[in-house]
Amino acid sequence: MEQLWSLMPTFLEGFRVTLILLLVSGVSALVLGTVIAAMRISPVGALRGFAAFWTEIARNTPLTLVFFFTAFVMPMLGLRAPYLLLAFVALTYYTSPFVAEALRSGINGVPLGQAEAARSIGLAFGQTVSLVVLPQAFRMTIPPLINVFIALTKNTSVAGGFFVVELFATTRQLANDNGNIVIPILLTAAALYLVITIPLGFLAGRLEKRWVVKR
Amino acid sequence: MSTSVLFDAPGPRARRFSLILSLVSLVLIAALAVWVFMLLAAPRESGGITLPGMFDASRWDIFADPEVWASIGRGVIATLQAAAVAAVGAIILGILFSLLRSSAIGWVRVPTAWLIEFLRGMPVLLMMLFILLVASTGAFWAVVIALILYNGTLIGEILRAGLVALPRGQREAALSVGMREFQSKMLVEFPQAFRQMLPIIVAQLVVLLKDTSLGYIVGYNEIIRNNMNNLLSFFGNRYMFSMFVVTLAIYLVINLSLSWFARWLARRTASGTGKARRGKAIDPMNPAALLEVEAKADLMAANKGLGRHDGTAV
Repeated sequence: MEQLWSLMPTFLEGFRVTLILLLVSGVSALVLGTVIAAMRISPVGALRGFAAFWTEIARNTPLTLVFFFTAFVMPMLGLRAPYLLLAFVALTYYTSPFVAEALRSGINGVPLGQAEAARSIGLAFGQTVSLVVLPQAFRMTIPPLINVFIALTKNTSVAGGFFVVELFATTRQLANDNGNIVIPILLTAAALYLVITIPLGFLAGRLEKRWVVKR
Repeated sequence: MSTSVLFDAPGPRARRFSLILSLVSLVLIAALAVWVFMLLAAPRESGGITLPGMFDASRWDIFADPEVWASIGRGVIATLQAAAVAAVGAIILGILFSLLRSSAIGWVRVPTAWLIEFLRGMPVLLMMLFILLVASTGAFWAVVIALILYNGTLIGEILRAGLVALPRGQREAALSVGMREFQSKMLVEFPQAFRQMLPIIVAQLVVLLKDTSLGYIVGYNEIIRNNMNNLLSFFGNRYMFSMFVVTLAIYLVINLSLSWFARWLARRTASGTGKARRGKAIDPMNPAALLEVEAKADLMAANKGLGRHDGTAV
């Protein structure tokens, strides 16, 4: 117990890096995903095609392979950067199509009749979008978006296999160095991940139940 | 885009404008593609030596050798093996979890729910490490068991959602012809739930297949480790880019065909069964799909629970 306690600072350092990975790539995936989603639902055919292509490719590539590209292939091509930065790039790229799909399904989930009704009572395009469509889309989008961020939290662990010393890499190192308390070390790491994912999952379920628009 | 909520059917001016925008963005996208291509094709200087560009024949000549393809094939088979064993295991575990989780007995249901929350919230990679270090099973079983546990919980939740979404009459009819609860579940409710949820389960199997690549990190010789570590250490790193392209292509072929199959199943089941009355098929590949079925299951379980003697269904 004391031995495990003495490892706590190392654990918390790894946890901090995990949180940084989650926050930075979460925010940038949100931005990139929003751009992709906007392209996907735009009336311009070429942009729609590009966004659909991006979504399909990024979603069907394993994260490990994306990390391999950023950590090994990109440096070989001459793009050298700190591994943490490369991990941001990999996680952002991998998460962006999931964000885009969640946003798109929110907007497409609003029935056509809602917009038609809004127009028929004389609302202009801007009013239709801001007063009728987006508020409904927002309610349907937030819970799946939270789910995407839960998945992102778990995906940050892959960065640990590619030279970023976050929670997974820390755990592996600590387990190697302290062979007598492997199980407590692994359980502590699991608990630290659960500290992020379970409250988020609970929140997603709550919001889904409260905000679901019954049709 | 007359089917979008955001836009009206365009008139002549809007159509012309959108055509111009389309052409402009097409040109921009093409320019971007050409720029990337040129960047890759250009020879590069490294420590005074000029290396050939990425599309130079000297970087692709190994692919003329059938031995290389045989070796790549071994990696593909290793990945498919792990995925197949894990898929079967995950579906079996999923059936078990969904039965336990929807049990009428509280001390069966509640611990199962905790276990599911625990397994879902943890990274698969950490589970693999756990199994590798604690059970020392070797890399293959570490990958497979972790994938079974993780995807089993998700498939269990999907099946549970399918069970609660069934019309209540199915169960009542089964009980009224003299079936026991368990018989009704296995013979009447489960086959229907399974069929309804099949597209989402197949979509989950795409995730499972992608996750076998985590074997790279825990030392299982799947596609990525086989191609990018073993083969490259033999042939040399100058093939890294071409090998990456081939590996990516293999993954895309496998995963895109599975995704396509999931969508095709979803369209088929949507027109064939009760889902049609809702007017839309769930896109099984969408991240919202899983949450949607789960929330529906929780809601319906809560609603049904009110009318039943054991009012603690959630």
